[in-house]
Amino acid sequence: MFTALHFAIIAPFIAAIFVPILYKLFSRIHTGWFVLTVPTILFLYFLQYLPTTANKETVTAVFDWIPSLGIHFTAYIDGLGLLFALLITGIGILVVLYSIYYLSKERESLHTFYTFLLMFMGAMLGVVLSDNLIVLYMFWEITSLSSFLLISYWYEREKSIYGALKSMIITVMGGFSMLVGFVLLYTMTGTFSIQETIAASSDIVSHNLFLPAMLTILLGALTKSAQFPFHIWLPDAMEAPTPVSAYLHSATMVKAGIYLVARLSPVFAISGEWFWLIAGFGITTLFWGSFSAVRQTDLKGILAFSTVSQLGMILSMLGVGAAALHFDNLDLEDNVFVGATTAALFHLINHATFKGSLFMMVGIVDHETGTRDIRKLGGLMTIMPITFTIAVIGSFSMAGLPPFNGFLSKEMFFTAMREITKFQLFNVDTYGVIFPAIAWLASIFTFIYSMILVFKTFNGKFKPEKLDVKPHEAPFGMLLSPIILVSLVIVFGFFPNILSYTVIEPAMASILPSLLQEGEQFYVDIYFWHGWTPELYMTIGVISVGLFLYLGMKKWVGIYRLFPDNISFNTLYDQAIVKGERLSEKIISSHMTGFIKDYLLYIFSFFTAALVFTLFHKEAFIIETQNLAPVSIYEVILAVVLVASVLTVMFTKSRLKAIIGLGVVGYTIALFFVIFRAPDLALTQLIIETVSVALFLLCFYHLPQIAKSLETIRFQLGNFIISLAVGTTITLIGLTANSNRLFESISGFFIENSYNEAGGKNMVNVILVDFRGFDTMLEILVLGIAAFGIFTMIKLRLEGKEQL
Amino acid sequence: MKTNDVILQTMTNVVLFIVLIFSIFIFFNGHHEPGGGFIGGLMTSSALVLLLLSYDLETVKKVLPIDFKIVTAIGLLVAVGTGMGSFLFDAPFLSQTYDYFTFPVLGELELATALLFDIGVYLVVIGITLTIIQTIGEDK
Repeated sequence: MFTALHFAIIAPFIAAIFVPILYKLFSRIHTGWFVLTVPTILFLYFLQYLPTTANKETVTAVFDWIPSLGIHFTAYIDGLGLLFALLITGIGILVVLYSIYYLSKERESLHTFYTFLLMFMGAMLGVVLSDNLIVLYMFWEITSLSSFLLISYWYEREKSIYGALKSMIITVMGGFSMLVGFVLLYTMTGTFSIQETIAASSDIVSHNLFLPAMLTILLGALTKSAQFPFHIWLPDAMEAPTPVSAYLHSATMVKAGIYLVARLSPVFAISGEWFWLIAGFGITTLFWGSFSAVRQTDLKGILAFSTVSQLGMILSMLGVGAAALHFDNLDLEDNVFVGATTAALFHLINHATFKGSLFMMVGIVDHETGTRDIRKLGGLMTIMPITFTIAVIGSFSMAGLPPFNGFLSKEMFFTAMREITKFQLFNVDTYGVIFPAIAWLASIFTFIYSMILVFKTFNGKFKPEKLDVKPHEAPFGMLLSPIILVSLVIVFGFFPNILSYTVIEPAMASILPSLLQEGEQFYVDIYFWHGWTPELYMTIGVISVGLFLYLGMKKWVGIYRLFPDNISFNTLYDQAIVKGERLSEKIISSHMTGFIKDYLLYIFSFFTAALVFTLFHKEAFIIETQNLAPVSIYEVILAVVLVASVLTVMFTKSRLKAIIGLGVVGYTIALFFVIFRAPDLALTQLIIETVSVALFLLCFYHLPQIAKSLETIRFQLGNFIISLAVGTTITLIGLTANSNRLFESISGFFIENSYNEAGGKNMVNVILVDFRGFDTMLEILVLGIAAFGIFTMIKLRLEGKEQL
Repeated sequence: MKTNDVILQTMTNVVLFIVLIFSIFIFFNGHHEPGGGFIGGLMTSSALVLLLLSYDLETVKKVLPIDFKIVTAIGLLVAVGTGMGSFLFDAPFLSQTYDYFTFPVLGELELATALLFDIGVYLVVIGITLTIIQTIGEDK
């Protein structure tokens, strides 16, 4: 049945249809105001499900789409799906509000922008609220597509097109791989439903398709969430308008991969490969992202790498959280591995708040100063005080400083990383120590780039000579969305538990369902002060080392020269594209020469090879001599004449001789028909040969003067070998076919019946007009078409005046 | 210089009818002896080609004011028509039959529906050969 929930998912798509109409109809009102109603209504609509999921209940609504293939549009709401739905619609409201002030009504084509944005919103809702893998995949690809359209929104800029293409290629590659994984899951479980797959997960863990399915699905999740080494598309996607970057590339789309990992954790998390892959890719991405962010000079570049890094952090926590499944009786309230999942979800929300506000802050700076280059910026603190406050709160939260929400999730992250070393499975106790070490190092770099973001932009000397416009504070409407977001940063920082009961606990139940007994529930209590724990010392270490490194940056920034631009993953991607194109061009131009001679060569060699191989592979080659007829003297003479004339045709220097030679061949064949007693054939062959020789002579006479230089046929070894091979093959097959007579021929029937049934004594003619008249009918049709073809070719000369 | 083809043209006037009659003989004889629509048609057209060779295109067009494209079309229609004709007798497409009839002068004769089909073939063959030859011949 099609319920209100289904309608809520596709409502953005329906709204997108009306956007261009409203844009044309009410051109004096900014289209964004109409669009704003869609996420607002949806946000309020999804809020009503909070009590449901808090009570550990789920909502399922099935709408049959392609029931014969097991594809249903199943809307499914549980804690995880609702968390994402609220995130998508909530940030959606703020982004649309921000874009109203960011995008000019006069200069931009707003209808395309909001159409794409709504498409994206609907697709994201579809991804997080679908229970059917194929439907999920469909929405997943629509997010890729709409993201492609949004990145290339300023399509007249070359860099936008480049970034859009890059993100498209990488995410669609991952998406296809994910589809493969879904199909593999289906072959194992026989269902596309995620919940049914989870229910069957214990049966498939030893299936030999389990690992391929996991790897292919993970490739989709890692590319979408910009994990190392697939993160390269995200910095280039920063060519999109800033509201798009804030929405897609910080809060929603890049978390689709996180969502998928969290959603399928109950299926895969029991295996060690899952733990190592998720945690390993996550921690690598965390470090590489934060390390690369420090060297960026573009504000959005910093934020892009920062997003990459934070996503890696969330992913690594989900990986550690999977370790919880390996304990049979664990205390739900006080378990670090369960805590890692809590931390992942908490940081997911935190990241959406502070990263969204930071992107909007950067957008304001860009909008008001005309540049995003930190080398040109500085001293904006007194000019843009509100923007500065937003930047400070957002960045400090990102760096993990108290009293903001980033501090809490970072502490929980350190706990998870520290405790994983005590884990006694999958060799973690041996190599696990690298996790806290890398996490700590990465946090230092996170601290550094967060400081760069704030102080290089707002502190220091004001350089008005490098700016094109005179900077001033942004209008209030533009500041509203980031202010709301940083307020949330503070509120979640001081009162984290308003999230834990409502959103995080139900979401945890979706990620780790097997840990809950009947009636049990997760109990999450995030508290601010947790004593003098090692995590706190780690944070103090991060701050002190980070400060030290930030202040002495000029001394050590040279190490980035160890990673020059020409050996990076970007270069690898660019080279792969360029080399791939060049290689395929080379392959095509190497064999598609445009000469018929070459194509004939391929065709003949293929047929010869295939036929000879089959003939001997199937051991079909037999020569029997019992049923052969005796050879008469006439046949020998005629054969000698035939061979002699064929040789003349092949070796003669003059075309006239070749034509006459062909004529001799034709007449000899007519004579063969005579001695093999086929008078009708002989008669026809004689006349047809005469006609065709006459036509050949006609062609010969009309050859243009230049081509009349009589040259010998050049001898080419390749052609010689091929023609020899073709001749031999056909001879072998002829001999074999003659030796393998499996059935009596049906000619006996014709001999008996041609007079009785058809009243004719000439059997050939009776077959032609009576027994098999249909063939004859179509053959005369062929003749007719040939005649009309010749007529039109000669009469209808366009003389080059009319271009075809 | 205009060549004088009097021998050729006189010979043609005689030979033409012999060839034509022979071709018609071969055509009608096809059911029992070697021959039939295809060879008959080719021979008829070779008789006409002989005419073309000894006179010229304009003269032949004057003597035989026939558009051979239409002959081809008629031939195809006859062939398909005989096939469809069998529907009238509730028989499958292209069913043929024959019977013996006694005629006043000729005596008992066999008449086969296959002959009608063969007429189609005959006309098509004449039509296409002469269309091709005339088209190429008119081309400068």
